[in-house]
Amino acid sequence: MSTNTNVAEQEVRRPPAGAGPVAWLHKNLFSSIPNTILTFVGLWISYKLIAGVVDWAIIRAVFTGSDGDACKVPDVGACWPFITHKFDLFIYGRYPEAEIWRANLTFLLGAIGLAGLMIPAVPGKPAFAVFTLLVYPIIAYYLLTGGIFGMPIVATERWGGLLVTLVVAVVGIVASFPIAILLALGRRSKLPIVRYSSIGFIEFVRGVPLITMLFMASVMLPLFLPEGVTFDKLLRALIGVALFSGAYLAEVIRGGLQAIPRGQIEAGDALGLSYPQKMGLIVLPQALKLVIPGIVNSFIALFKDTSLVLIIGLFDLLGIVQQSISSDPKWFSPSTPTTGYVFAGFIFWIFCFGMSRYSQMIERRLSAGDKR
Amino acid sequence: MDPAAAVVEPSAARSAALAVEMRKVNKWYGEFHVLRDIDLEVSKGERIVVCGPSGSGKSTMIRCINRLEEHQAGHIFVEGEELTSDLRQIEKIRSEVGMVFQSFNLFPHLTILDNLCLAPQWVRKMPRAEAEKVAMSYLERVKIPDQALKFPGQLSGGQQQRVAIARALCMNPRIMLFDEPTSALDPEMVKEVLDVMTGLAQQGMTMLVVTHEMGFARAVADRVIFMDRGEIVEQAAPEVFFNAPKSERTQAFLAQILNH
Repeated sequence: MSTNTNVAEQEVRRPPAGAGPVAWLHKNLFSSIPNTILTFVGLWISYKLIAGVVDWAIIRAVFTGSDGDACKVPDVGACWPFITHKFDLFIYGRYPEAEIWRANLTFLLGAIGLAGLMIPAVPGKPAFAVFTLLVYPIIAYYLLTGGIFGMPIVATERWGGLLVTLVVAVVGIVASFPIAILLALGRRSKLPIVRYSSIGFIEFVRGVPLITMLFMASVMLPLFLPEGVTFDKLLRALIGVALFSGAYLAEVIRGGLQAIPRGQIEAGDALGLSYPQKMGLIVLPQALKLVIPGIVNSFIALFKDTSLVLIIGLFDLLGIVQQSISSDPKWFSPSTPTTGYVFAGFIFWIFCFGMSRYSQMIERRLSAGDKR
Repeated sequence: MDPAAAVVEPSAARSAALAVEMRKVNKWYGEFHVLRDIDLEVSKGERIVVCGPSGSGKSTMIRCINRLEEHQAGHIFVEGEELTSDLRQIEKIRSEVGMVFQSFNLFPHLTILDNLCLAPQWVRKMPRAEAEKVAMSYLERVKIPDQALKFPGQLSGGQQQRVAIARALCMNPRIMLFDEPTSALDPEMVKEVLDVMTGLAQQGMTMLVVTHEMGFARAVADRVIFMDRGEIVEQAAPEVFFNAPKSERTQAFLAQILNH
C-alpha cells in the first residue's frame, strides 16, 4: 500500500516502449510459455515446408533432358524439362510460332497500358485511360485475330494457355464492371420494370453454376442466331463469363450503395444535380471505395474461374497443362503431373496475389486522404 | 368565373413579388397526415423562422419547397413557377433554391473546394477556374478560406456547416432553406453558424429557417411561424409572437422552450 501512495505522488510517466530487435522478439514471440511453444512449433512447420519445397524443386529435381525418360529416375523431384520444352505451348497454346510476336506485343502493350493506369506516380492518367480502355482493345483484337496489314488470320481455336486465361479474365473483368454497376443501380431503381428485371437477372445467374452458364452461352446462344451465322466459341465464353461475374459483382456494389447515407443523395438533389450526376459524382465514388475488397475478391474469383472454359473446349493455362500431362506419351513420367500442376498453380498465384496486393495499396491511398 | 381556377393561378403581379407560395398543401406519410392545408406566402427578401414541436411537419414543409418531399394535394409556386412532377423543372427550381441540412451532408470524398465547385461546374456548366473563384469568395465569406484543400472529415461541425452554407450559396440561389442547421452542433459552435446566417439575412436573402434558436428568430426574422400537428397554428412578427402569442398551443410551446 505504501508503495502505491509513493507512485501516486510521483509524476506519472508513460512506461518506456520496448525498442530494438531483442525487445521485439521478447514481446511478440517469447512473451509467455505457450507463446514460446507456438513460436517453436511455427518455426518447425516453416522449416519442414521450405525444406520440402527446396528439396523437391531444386535438390532432387531434373533440369535437363529432351523427354520424360530423363525424369524416370528413382526418388525424383520436379521434372523441369517438361515445363521448358512446353513453355510456348503453355503460354500461347497452338498459336502459330511465326505469329507469336503478335501475342507478345499484345501482352507488352497491355502491360504498359495497365502500368500507366495503375501506378499512381505515372503522369498522364487521362491519356493512359483512353489508350487502355478504348484504343488498346481494338489493337489487341486485330493483333491477336489478324486479317489486316497482311497479318494472317489466327482462328481462336488455336489460341490457348495463358493467352486464353488472360483474354478471358481481362475481358471478363472489364466487361463485367459496367454490367455490375448498371445491375446494382437497376436493383435500387424506383422504376419497377428496371428493378424487377435487374433482380430477375441477378438471382437467375447467381442461382446457376458458372459451368451451366458456359454451356448455355456455348450451346444456347447459337440457337437464337439466324442459321449460318457462326459465333466464335471464345466470344461465347467471354459473354458467359462477363454476365456471370457481372451478377456477382452487382451484389457486391449494391452493398456499397446501401452504405451511403440518404443525406448524400438529398444534398445532390438540393443542388439540382441530375440522376447520372448524383450517382457518378457522389454515390458511386464513395460506394465503390467501400467495397474495393469485395470487388477484388470477385475479380480474383473470376480469374481462377477462367479455367472452367476447358469444359466447352477452350484450353486455358490449366487446361493445356492438363492436356499435355495426360495425352503426350513422350513426357510420361512419375513427376510430370506434379510439376505441371505446380507450374500452373504458381502462375495463377502470381496474378491473384498481384491483384490482392494492388487492392490493398489502393485502399490505403484512398483512405489516407479523407479520414481524420 | 370559376373560383377554383382563380385560386390556382397566382396573379402576375403577386407572383412577381412572392418567392414562395403554398396553397392548401397537404401531405400524407401512408395514413399519417403530416401537412394539413398549409397556406404560406413568402415575399422576396423575407426572413421566416419556422418553429414547433418535433413531428409537427416543419421540416417536411420546407423540404416540399425544393421537392425533397412530394406533396399530394395543393399547389406550391417557387418564384412564380409551379412545382409539378416534371423532372427538368424540379431540377431547375432546386438549382435556384439552396438548402442547408441538419447533418451538413457534405461529400466526404471531395475536398472542401471540390464540394463547392461540384454543382456550379456540372449544373451551371461553369468553367473550373471560374467555379473556384466563386467558391473561394464564398469560403472567405464564411471565414474559412484556409480550409479549402482539406476534406470534410478534418473540419469541426461548425466549420462543416459553414462550408455547407457556402456550397449552397455557390449556386447563387434566390431562396435559402435551413433545416435545423444548428441542431447537430456542439453548443460552442452554434454561434459561428448563426453569425453567417445573420450576415446572409442582412444582405437581403430570402430565407426559411427551421430552428429552435429563438434568439436568432427575435433578432433576424421578419415573421415567426409556429407549426403543430401538420398545421400552421400561428404566424406573427417576432415581437408579437414572443410577447403576445394568441393560441394556447403556442403559449405552451414557448413556455417549454423558453423556461429551461
